Amino acid sequence: MTHAATHPLIRSLDRGAVLFVAAMATIAVAVPVLNLAVPPTSALHVSTYLVALFGKYACYALLALSIDLIWGYCGILSLGHGAFFALGGYAMGMYLMRQIGTRGVYANPILPDFMVFLNWHELPFAWYGFQHFAYAALMVVLVPGALAFVFGWFAFRSRVTGVYLSIITQALTYALMLGFFRNNFGFGGNNGLTDFKDILGFKVEAETTRAALFSISCLAVILGFFVCRTVVSSKLGKVLIAIRDAEARTRFLGYRVESYKLFVFTLSACIAGIAGALYVPQVGIINPSEFAPGNSIEEVIWVAIGGRGTLAGAAIGAVLVNYAKTYFTSGILAPYWLYILGGLFIAVTVLLPRGIVGSLLHWTALRRDRASAAAEEGVAEPLPAE
Amino acid sequence: MSFGRACLVALLFVFALCVGHTAARAATVDEALAHFTADDFDQTEIGINEVAASGNPRAEIILRALQNGQLMFSAARKAVYIQDDSGKLVDAATGQAIADPSPDDLDNVRINNRLRGTIDAALGTLTLLSKNPATRYKAAQAVFKSHEPSALPTLEKAIAQEADNSVKQAMEQARAAILLNMPGVSDAQKLAAIAVLRDRGDQDALALLSDLPARESPTVAHAALDAIHAIQARLAEWDAVQNAWYGVSLGSVLLLAAIGLAITFGVMGVINMAHGEMVMLGAYVTFAVQEAIRGYDPALFDYSLAIAIPLAFLFSGIVGILIERSIIRFLYGRPLETLLATWGLSLVLQQAVRTIFGADNRNVGNPSFMSGAFNLGGITVTNNRLWIVCFALVVFVALIGILRFTRLGLEMRAVTQNRAMAASMGIRTSRIDALTFGLGSGIAGIAGVALSQIDNVSPNLGQGYIIDSFMVVVFGGVGNLWGTFVGSFLLGIANKFLEPYAGAVLGKITILVLIILFIQKRPRGLFALKGRAVEA
Repeated sequence: MTHAATHPLIRSLDRGAVLFVAAMATIAVAVPVLNLAVPPTSALHVSTYLVALFGKYACYALLALSIDLIWGYCGILSLGHGAFFALGGYAMGMYLMRQIGTRGVYANPILPDFMVFLNWHELPFAWYGFQHFAYAALMVVLVPGALAFVFGWFAFRSRVTGVYLSIITQALTYALMLGFFRNNFGFGGNNGLTDFKDILGFKVEAETTRAALFSISCLAVILGFFVCRTVVSSKLGKVLIAIRDAEARTRFLGYRVESYKLFVFTLSACIAGIAGALYVPQVGIINPSEFAPGNSIEEVIWVAIGGRGTLAGAAIGAVLVNYAKTYFTSGILAPYWLYILGGLFIAVTVLLPRGIVGSLLHWTALRRDRASAAAEEGVAEPLPAE
Repeated sequence: MSFGRACLVALLFVFALCVGHTAARAATVDEALAHFTADDFDQTEIGINEVAASGNPRAEIILRALQNGQLMFSAARKAVYIQDDSGKLVDAATGQAIADPSPDDLDNVRINNRLRGTIDAALGTLTLLSKNPATRYKAAQAVFKSHEPSALPTLEKAIAQEADNSVKQAMEQARAAILLNMPGVSDAQKLAAIAVLRDRGDQDALALLSDLPARESPTVAHAALDAIHAIQARLAEWDAVQNAWYGVSLGSVLLLAAIGLAITFGVMGVINMAHGEMVMLGAYVTFAVQEAIRGYDPALFDYSLAIAIPLAFLFSGIVGILIERSIIRFLYGRPLETLLATWGLSLVLQQAVRTIFGADNRNVGNPSFMSGAFNLGGITVTNNRLWIVCFALVVFVALIGILRFTRLGLEMRAVTQNRAMAASMGIRTSRIDALTFGLGSGIAGIAGVALSQIDNVSPNLGQGYIIDSFMVVVFGGVGNLWGTFVGSFLLGIANKFLEPYAGAVLGKITILVLIILFIQKRPRGLFALKGRAVEA
C-alpha cells in the first residue's frame, strides 16, 4: 500500500499536519511570552483571561482529537466521551483537593471540606494515594481507560454497533452523572470539587502557572495529534478505516474487528482523560454536570464542524465552536446562542457533511486532480460511510 | 317473586323505623332543652348529652349556638331560644321565629371550660347519627382516630340502627378502638375488638394494636401479637401491589413517550433526538388550549384535554412532517448524522418555546375528572394516573390498529420489512417516510397532552424523557410495538420495585446498567426483527 505517498488527500494532510503542529507549537511558546514578558500597556500583550480561555479550548481540542480518532477513523460514534473527560478531570480534581490540606474551611489535614461537612471521619478508599501527583496522573489515564476497556470489551464483542452503541454510551454517561450527583458517592455531590489552592507546589491562580498550564495543554494537543496520526497512518489505521467503511467485510477478511475497536476506543478514552485532567486546574472546578449527555453530543458536533477524519480539523472545530459559544453567550446575543448551536448541528450535517477542514481538503484535492489529469474526470473521495 | 316481597318487607320496615324514630326524637329534644332552663352547670351538662343523644337534626345547631353563647333561655316561660347575630330570636327546638315579643327574663345559657369540652365531644359524636351516610362514615373515622370513651354510648346506638354495611363496619372498628383503650373491658370483648381491627388491617389498626402485648393479659396479648403479624404480612402484600401500580403508572408514561419513537426508529431507522420536543410541543398545545378556554368560555374547562388531544396530534404531526421534508430526508442512510441534526433541532425548538412562552413552568390545570384519588383495598390510586394508564393503553391499541388494518399501516410495514421491495411494488416510500414521521411525532404530541397533567410544562419537559424512551425502544427491540409495550412496563415496574431498596437515583442507575448489560446479550432488544430487514 503506497497510498500515503501518492494519494493527494493524504499528501495534503501531511502538509496540513506539519502546518498544524507548527502553528500549535508557535502558540504554545508565543502566548505565554506575550502574556508574561510583554507589559500590559503594550498592544501585543495577551491578557491572563485570554490565556485561561484558550488553555480551556486547547483541552477541548484534545478531547475533539480523541473523538475524531474513533468516529472519523473507526465509525464509532460515542455519545459518552464527556464521561471519560470528566473522569480524568475528577482524578486531577482529587489530587488538587488533597493538596488543599489545612487551608480548607474546616482545616482538616486529610479530609476535604465536603467530607467534614458530611460528618465523615475517614478518607474513602477511592481517595487513597491521590496526595501523590504521580499516582493521580496515572489514574487520569487508567480510570477512563479501564472503564472504556471494560465497556468496549462487552459492547464490541457482542457486536453492538451504530446507533445502539451511541445510545448505550449515552446511558453510560447519564448513569455516571446521576451517580456523581449523589453526596454519598464520595466525590463532592453536585458541588463537585473546587476551591483548589496549588498544583505541584505552584499556586493554581498565579499567572505563571496559568501560562505554564496553557503551554502544557498545547503540548498535549501536539502529542495527542502525533499519537493519533501515528495510529491512523499505520497499518492498524488502514484496518480501522476498513472497519468504518465495511465492518462485515473486514471481519470476513480475517481481522478481529472487536480487538481493533477495543484498542482504539480505550486509547481514545485515555486521551480524553488527559484532556479532562488539564482542563480542571485551568477552570478551577469539576462537577457532575460535565457528565451531562448534552455535553457529549456537543463535543461530537465540534468534530463534525471541523471535519471528521481529519484530526487537525477536529481540534480547529473545537476551538471555533467554543470561541463562538463564549462570544455569543457573554453578550446581548445570549438568548440566540442555542439557535446558532442548533442551526450549526443541522447545517453541518445536511450541507457540509465533510466539515470545514474536510471540505477544504476535498476541494483542493479536486482542483489538483483536475489540473494534473485534465483528460480524466476527477474522482471525488467518497464520504466515509457510517 | 320472593325478591320483590323481600324488598317490600324491607321498605315497610325502614318506613316504620323512620316514623318511630322521629316521634321518639322530638320528645327527647324537648326534654333535653328543659335542662338548659335550670341555670345550673350540671343540669346543662345533662342537657348537652341528651341533645347530642337525641339524634334531632337541630341538635348540632343547638350545640353550636351554646358554644357561641347564642343559646338563650327564659326561666319564666321554660323555653329555650337561639339568638342570631342580628339579635332575632328563634325557637331552639323548631327553628321557627317566635311570634310573641321577647320574654323579659331572657338570659344566656352559661357554660364553663368543663362544659366546652363536653360540647366538643358531643359535637363529635353527634354526626354519628346524621341522616347522611357519608357524614356518619366520616364521624366513625373521627371516633376511630380519637377513640374517646365518651363516644361509646352514641356509637352503640348508631351501630344498632345502622343500615349501611360499610358505615357499620367503620363504626364497629371505632368501637373496637375505644374498647381496647378503655379500662374495665372484659377479655372476651377485647378479643372481639382485636379481631375487628385485624380485619381492618391497615397502619392505623397496627398502631392501636402495637402496645397491647405489653400491657394485657396473656390471651389478649397473644391474640394481639397474632393480629399484628397478620396485618404486617398483609401490609407487605399491599405494599408490593402499590409498587406494582406505581410501576404500571410509570410504565404507561414511558410507553406514551416511547411509542412514537418506536415508530420512527423502527420504520425509518431514524434516531429522532427531537422526539422529546414533540412531546413538549403537545404539552404547550394543552397549555394554549386551556388559556384560550379560560379567556373565552371557562365552562369548557373539563373538555380542555379532549380538545387538546386532536390539536396536539395535528400540530406535532405537522411539525414532524415539516422536519422530515426539510431535514431528515437528506440524511437517510446516515443514522448517526440524523442523530446530530435532530439534536440540533431539539435545541432550536426548546429555545423557540423559551422565547415564545418564557423559561418558567407553565400552569396546566387538571380537569375535575382527573383530580382526586380513591382507595382500592390497601392502595391509593390517583385519578390522573389511572386515566393516563388507560389513555396509554388506548393509544397503543389504536396504533396497533392503524398498523394492522389501514392502508397506511400496511405500507409502513412493507417499508419496514424491505424498503427496496416495497418501492418496487409501487409504494411511494418517501411519502410513507413523511407520514410515518408525522404519525410518530403526532403520537408524541398526544403523549405531551397526557404528561402535561403530571409533569411541569417547561421547555425542558422533553429532555427528561428522551433518554428513558430510547432505553425503552432499545430494550424492547426495534420495529415491534409489542417490544416497546413490554419494555416500558418492565422498566417501569423494575424501577419502582428497586426504588424502596436502592433509592430513586441508585435504582435508576441500576436500571441503566442492567440495560447496558442486556444490550450486550441481545444487541437487538427483547423482540428483535428477524430476517433480512435486520441488515438493512
